[in-house]
Amino acid sequence: MSDQTQILETAPDAPSRWHEFKNSHLFHSFTVDRVAQISFGIFILYILLALFAPLLAPFDPYDIAQIDIMNSEIPPSWEAEGEADFWLGTDAQGRDMWSTILYGTRVSLMIGLCAVALQATLGICIGLCAGYFGGRVDSILMRFADVQLSFSTMMVAIVVLAVFQAAFGTELYQQLAMFMLIMVIGIAEWPQYARTIRASVLAEKKKEYIDAARVIGLRSPRIMFRHILPNTLSPILVISTVQVANAIISEASLSFLGLGMPVSEPSLGSLIAGGFEYIFSGSWWITVIPGAVLISLVLVMNLLGDWLRDVLNPKLYKG
Amino acid sequence: MNAQSQETLVQLDDIYKKFSISGDFLDQLKFRQGRIVREQEFVHAINGVSLEVKRGEALCVVGESGCGKSTVARTVMGLLNPSQGSVHYDGQRIDNLNDRALMPYRRKMQMIFQNPYASLNPRMTIAQTLQEPVALHNPGWSGQEVRDKVAEVMFSVGIDPSWGERHPHEFSGGQRQRISIARALAVGPEFIVADEPISALDVSIQAQVLNLMMDAQEKHNLTYLFITHDLSVVEHFGTRVAVMYLGSLCELAPTKALFSTPRHPYSQALLSAIPRLDDNRPQHIKLQGEVPTPVNLPPGCVFHGRCPHVNDRCKREIPQLIATDEGGQVACHGVEEGRI
Repeated sequence: MSDQTQILETAPDAPSRWHEFKNSHLFHSFTVDRVAQISFGIFILYILLALFAPLLAPFDPYDIAQIDIMNSEIPPSWEAEGEADFWLGTDAQGRDMWSTILYGTRVSLMIGLCAVALQATLGICIGLCAGYFGGRVDSILMRFADVQLSFSTMMVAIVVLAVFQAAFGTELYQQLAMFMLIMVIGIAEWPQYARTIRASVLAEKKKEYIDAARVIGLRSPRIMFRHILPNTLSPILVISTVQVANAIISEASLSFLGLGMPVSEPSLGSLIAGGFEYIFSGSWWITVIPGAVLISLVLVMNLLGDWLRDVLNPKLYKG
Repeated sequence: MNAQSQETLVQLDDIYKKFSISGDFLDQLKFRQGRIVREQEFVHAINGVSLEVKRGEALCVVGESGCGKSTVARTVMGLLNPSQGSVHYDGQRIDNLNDRALMPYRRKMQMIFQNPYASLNPRMTIAQTLQEPVALHNPGWSGQEVRDKVAEVMFSVGIDPSWGERHPHEFSGGQRQRISIARALAVGPEFIVADEPISALDVSIQAQVLNLMMDAQEKHNLTYLFITHDLSVVEHFGTRVAVMYLGSLCELAPTKALFSTPRHPYSQALLSAIPRLDDNRPQHIKLQGEVPTPVNLPPGCVFHGRCPHVNDRCKREIPQLIATDEGGQVACHGVEEGRI
């Protein structure tokens, strides 16, 4: 009993979640890393701009009634011929660039996040099964992943989207464009997740707490999702940030090739593509401004991903 | 405590376990003399081990690293399937059952693991870890009943129930091992396999945890299969001792008999290696050579390459367990022939 009372006395107060987070290595390295802070700030800014686009945008680019073709190709307001109403100028159809970019960021982020959610769901389920069950299941699933990886994402996407457009017509395609892009980018990139998860599962599976869970009599799905998955979250977090950036780039590339979002509902990629024809006639802003927005969005996400990878990698942990 | 008259709780019959080390199917294909043949190599972890654990005893399994002690423990618990042979629990064969059919046995058999730093899920609080088995095996219980049961077990192993909201990394090694023991006791088992439960702990904590396990044995009438390489623990804890070498059982004897008169040459060498205070005894046995690889087992007795009493028969014939005068069993041709 003396043993017990002694242990009781040394009990400190259990820290709260917030307190735990504030004391964590993650938070500490965030407070000292200027690049991470700036990247995170810009990323949050993008998210807010995208979320509140309908409130912030002075015009609705989807509303044809608000578009006046007479306003086309007005340069940004700081140029000599600029107008105060359109501070970033207008595009070839006379849409306000600022409003169109806000809505375009919304579309790009939406496609990026949804496609990555789909990738993650597929990749996590397949990777968990392959790693946990091992043997033949592992071999078959991982050969599938290898085959999938041997086609480049862009090639698969171009073939699927072009065939769809040819088979069902451009009309239907334009209605389903966002859904199709999410599906294609989501399905084409799942092996990235599956491989990462499988590797972490193989490492976790050898630990004794998994044996303990089996000895208790827990079923495999519960062990996989309740015990193994929470312990593989850090690599998932890291690849997720990079994959969202990749998905946004893929979407922009497809839109640039004319296989992405339609002109009536532009993403950043289709804005760049639309303005490209006018770049030599002097209307540089139609391409350059959305381009800069896209590049900075992808850049901050990649920087955040790099920072997370360094912080969450236990081999680089410096205490 | 007459071990012979007690009923058998767990029985292992001629268990073999081999692990393939040749990789997958494509790696196994070799090109030999103009043909493609499939070749597989195996690590022979256990070779024909038969053991009986009697109800209420603490059977200790000792042996050096890599001799198959832990494989025996994991086979008993159903974490590994034996390549050959069978495991019976209370007269029922359990090694060929599926997960669902094993559930009633999961409740009766629990395991305590070696490494307290790896055997608790780092992302789950202690309360979650302990509630999981209780809720799983008592599906009708309400949340409050489960919490009460968990608090009761935590208290019984000397962990304050109010610490339930903590994560494992906030505890010391000894406290974590207590929590592991609590997890095993939470479902009310009658048989516990302990795989080197104290080897990762400080010496001062070892005694605490060992005493906790002995108290639990007394209170809940537990049966232990205790895997260890620490002979002083065996002397303190075990009712009977099984000595293993290279996947085979050398000797099985009551603890007192083994420590006073070890019969197998390997047991003799092992026991003479225990450090004593008056450590200038002349009879310290030094074995020659190294443990052979379990991939290519030596023919005959696995110990013959290092045995000082070896003869031709030892190199040809695998010795079987024979009963000794002290109530134990030993697998040695020398003992059988009266040479040792």
